[in-house]
Amino acid sequence: MENISITPDGGEVQISLRDVYYQYESTDESPPKEVLHGISLDVKKGEFVALLGHNGSGKSTIAKHMNAILLPSGGKVYVAGMDTANEELLTNIRRTVGMVFQNPDNQLVATIVEEDVAFGPENLGVPSDEMRKLVDDALKAVGMYEYRRHAPHKLSGGQKQRVAIAGIIAMRPKCIVFDEPTAMLDPRGRQEVMDAIDSLVKKLGITVVLITHYMDEAAKADRVIIINDGTLLMEGKPNEVFSHIDMLREHYLDVPQPTELAQYLRSMGYDIPEDVLTPEECARAILNAKNKL
Amino acid sequence: MISDITIGQFMPGKSFVHKLDPRMKIILMTAIIIFVFLVKNLMSMGAMLGFVVLAVLFSRIPLRMYFKGLKAIWFLVFFTAILNMLYIKGEHIVWQYKAITIYEEALWQSGFIALRLVMIVIMSSMLTYTTSPTDLTSAIERLLAPLKLFRLPVHELAMMMTIALRFIPTLLEETEKIMNAQKARGADLESGGVIKRAKALIPILIPLFISSFRRAFELATAMDCRCYTGGNGRTRLNVLKYRFRDFFAFLLVGGLCAGIIYLNTLAPSLVR
Repeated sequence: MENISITPDGGEVQISLRDVYYQYESTDESPPKEVLHGISLDVKKGEFVALLGHNGSGKSTIAKHMNAILLPSGGKVYVAGMDTANEELLTNIRRTVGMVFQNPDNQLVATIVEEDVAFGPENLGVPSDEMRKLVDDALKAVGMYEYRRHAPHKLSGGQKQRVAIAGIIAMRPKCIVFDEPTAMLDPRGRQEVMDAIDSLVKKLGITVVLITHYMDEAAKADRVIIINDGTLLMEGKPNEVFSHIDMLREHYLDVPQPTELAQYLRSMGYDIPEDVLTPEECARAILNAKNKL
Repeated sequence: MISDITIGQFMPGKSFVHKLDPRMKIILMTAIIIFVFLVKNLMSMGAMLGFVVLAVLFSRIPLRMYFKGLKAIWFLVFFTAILNMLYIKGEHIVWQYKAITIYEEALWQSGFIALRLVMIVIMSSMLTYTTSPTDLTSAIERLLAPLKLFRLPVHELAMMMTIALRFIPTLLEETEKIMNAQKARGADLESGGVIKRAKALIPILIPLFISSFRRAFELATAMDCRCYTGGNGRTRLNVLKYRFRDFFAFLLVGGLCAGIIYLNTLAPSLVR
């Protein structure tokens, strides 16, 4: 942990991918397939980064490199200065960067919510008397404390996913990578999970990497990175990135609906800024434009 | 429908039996089941029956639940009783008709065997009614811990039990979804003979297997991410602790066992 890198603006780097290549091994039916072609990116401490890309763009593969589930075929990945290829550091790396997956059902291990949340700390050998507080705090952080004695299969999708998040928080990681956490949820569940993620960033100061193909979710991030066919296509603040509507369309990505509406009105000659992201911003911009008429 | 199947018959409650440490419950139930077989005369049978009735009352589980448990073995009880009645020979003939002779000894024997079976089922249902699957698993893990010396993977077995319990409802739900999906495509699951219906299950089982394997891989990755490396160095959130009531229950059952041994010596044995 001696070589923690510092970015030019003085931020501490939590996760760093250096020129990462990855290829899936060949099977009987298919030749080896390279899915990442030299990705370099940094995630700073306390940052909320969204990784966007269409299906098969390699965004999930990138996520799996961030806590050593996959190791790069070429290049290096550092987590808080630790090389993920070093097997001795594996436990340390995984307690630094937690991961939440798409299907909440396939992440829950125990038959009772609080036992499941305790699974990570139990593995780390946390003493029983300290564990109670870790578990209770984690459940409160995602608003699932009242459900601590429930059976997971009786919860809704959004609730299950929040329990899965609590299971990671209980390990006190510095960073959590979310691999399309809302893809299998209904709109209400999506909202619950996004609210939980929001509070992680704001209240607990946890670094968040969110992999998604929902543009409105990415709009909440500090920084958006767009991945296309295993390379980095674009990177910047959400309003900068989403203003490139044509380029995004070209790569089969949507822009958030408010942005699209704003762009459309703009093209019709109304005076509306092009970096509108949320419905509220959009409504205000339209109101302003109307008042100017 | 399919999701009505309850797994583990746990009925939450706050009775004395519910509150006992699950390890103690398993030990005591085993002791009781062993002693049910040692009951030899009317006095010891009376003591055992009395104890079982009291335990049933103290468990505060509705009586119909016990009857539900007994329903499954009714036939077995009846059948063994009849067989014993017909085959056991003795000295005092009670009833004779052509080739059938029934002796007094046989009547006692079959009555005892029927009562023993009933008591065993009642006591073991009591264990599952009053203990949550989680408690049961962790108790089994703790009780079997000494077997680790013989390289028995005790922790791994307990983990497998926990995961199985966790996924049974999930897989039932999935089975129902697949059945509905296949029905929507015109699959006929209800009509035809045994073979035709077994064949109709194939399009349900194959997707279920494939998705179970996918789930298993994903779960394994998620467990890796949560630093699972097996049983070594693991701690537990809820540590089992023996309390006063556990010692009380221990003394109670101990007294019962000693009493049965004593009562057995007071009168001649009625069973072999």
